[in-house]
Amino acid sequence: MSHPAAWVFIAPALGVIGVFFLLPVAAGFALSLTDFDIYALADFRNLRFVGLDNYVRMLETPLFWQALGNTLYFVIVGVPLSIGLSLATALLLHSRLALFRPFFRTALFAPVVTTIVAVAVIWRYLFHTRYGVVNHALEAIGIGPIDWLGDPLWAMPTIILLAVWKNFGYNMVIFLAALQAIPETLYEAARIDGASWWRQIVHITLPMLGPTLLMVGILTTSGYFQLFAEPYVMTQGGPLRSTVSVLYFMYEEGFKWWNFGAASAVALMLFGLVFAVTWLLMRLSRRVAA
Amino acid sequence: MRPRAAVVAVNGVLAGLAAVTLFPLLWMLSVSFMPAGAASALPPPLVPAEPTLVHYRELFLNAGMLRWLANSLLLALAITAVSLAFNTLAGYAFAKLKFRGRERLFNVLIGALIIPGQVAMMPLFLLLREMGLVNSYGGVVVPAMASVFGIFLVRQYARTLPDELLEAARVDGASEWRIFVSVVVPLLKPVLASLAVFTFLAAWNDFMWPLIVLTDHELQTLPVALATLSREHVQDNELMMAGSVITVVPVLVLFLALQKYYIEGLLLGSVKG
Repeated sequence: MSHPAAWVFIAPALGVIGVFFLLPVAAGFALSLTDFDIYALADFRNLRFVGLDNYVRMLETPLFWQALGNTLYFVIVGVPLSIGLSLATALLLHSRLALFRPFFRTALFAPVVTTIVAVAVIWRYLFHTRYGVVNHALEAIGIGPIDWLGDPLWAMPTIILLAVWKNFGYNMVIFLAALQAIPETLYEAARIDGASWWRQIVHITLPMLGPTLLMVGILTTSGYFQLFAEPYVMTQGGPLRSTVSVLYFMYEEGFKWWNFGAASAVALMLFGLVFAVTWLLMRLSRRVAA
Repeated sequence: MRPRAAVVAVNGVLAGLAAVTLFPLLWMLSVSFMPAGAASALPPPLVPAEPTLVHYRELFLNAGMLRWLANSLLLALAITAVSLAFNTLAGYAFAKLKFRGRERLFNVLIGALIIPGQVAMMPLFLLLREMGLVNSYGGVVVPAMASVFGIFLVRQYARTLPDELLEAARVDGASEWRIFVSVVVPLLKPVLASLAVFTFLAAWNDFMWPLIVLTDHELQTLPVALATLSREHVQDNELMMAGSVITVVPVLVLFLALQKYYIEGLLLGSVKG
């Protein structure tokens, strides 16, 4: 039986998503093929179709390549670090030896719900070269002051640390739930066979977490590709453009210089990249499973 | 490892990690009560020698913090209320009401989840400008009035409701709207609580879109205003910490109070459909 009322129920949500998301996405494709700039913003008649010019010009812009490199650095280092810490803390929390579990879980999760802008402001001072607590602590063990946010070598690692600190709790909770779903009998059997703790992790826990790992990997990777607020607040893309991310580049192109055509091309390139990486991760996991 | 040593090791590591996650937040709170310049000393002080509320007074009386706080609260509440209604209606329909093309339509929506929001940003800005919503509350609220994630979350939960219950109400002659209001919504309460907390926190913490669409200082939300302030007041350590406290504490308190619902929503949303 079909319910005609169903359409009335889905119409408001579908309308919003259609008009304010799907339609703009489709328009984004079209926009990326035009020279939409500040003159077109003033008067649509100044708009011209330029084919793939925006994409070609983007690939010829050194700053775009730098932004892409910075973003890949952030993703390639940040994602494994983030997921590794999530998994390690989930295993610790899941251990029967852990006391005060609810307290630890809440404390480790707290950064997830904080506002990234506020946290970036805090970190800017924690990592202050002269008065920052971090450098002060490092000095105590004999490591000289590091110019965390002023040195192109250290700015991105500092942002990675912030992202890992802020995000690992999210995946930790997901891993914890997945760990609790693994039947205890598997471990009992392994113990009877005399398997060590490490062998149990490698041969039972990790394989059983496979699907969760894949999902977490995909979601975290696509999230990390969208780095923006951290460099916006902490470094403004500096020093020496070492923390300009693709999204930061898009934001400046689009909403600082009003080159909507070029900015749309950047956004679509990022989408393509995220899509390709997702596809690759799924293929890779299928091969590992087989 | 002997059991006792293992207990100490596991809990020691957990305590160390908890200290690392909590320290920046506690430090923020502590510094916000220090007089101007007091935090820029060596060694960095951990607690205020002479606690003061001067920065909070400055932010609320002179900087316009109250207005930003009100903006954030108003926008997050509006987004939560409207999107909760729209997503619940749609999520329930996708779970329990049969109609032609239902699965295909739902799959299209789920497929759209992979598209990052920024692809839509430039056209959305133009669309909202045509509607006169740029630089208004509407520019933030209107695009957020429904979300695929919200629909998905409600659908996941609604699928577990027993069909017999709905059929019984239909046999009794209740309209679909009546069934939704008096049978379905009460049963969906747990997932609605989860979705409400999730939506509110996401709306409160959102940065990039409000930054783009709200140019007027008076209309800005806390994160956007805080980012602007932090660029102007690079040296005013203690003032900025007070601003961070005002931005972060409301969501932290909300999370602590409704943690159960937040975590349940997180897990429900992360299960593959």
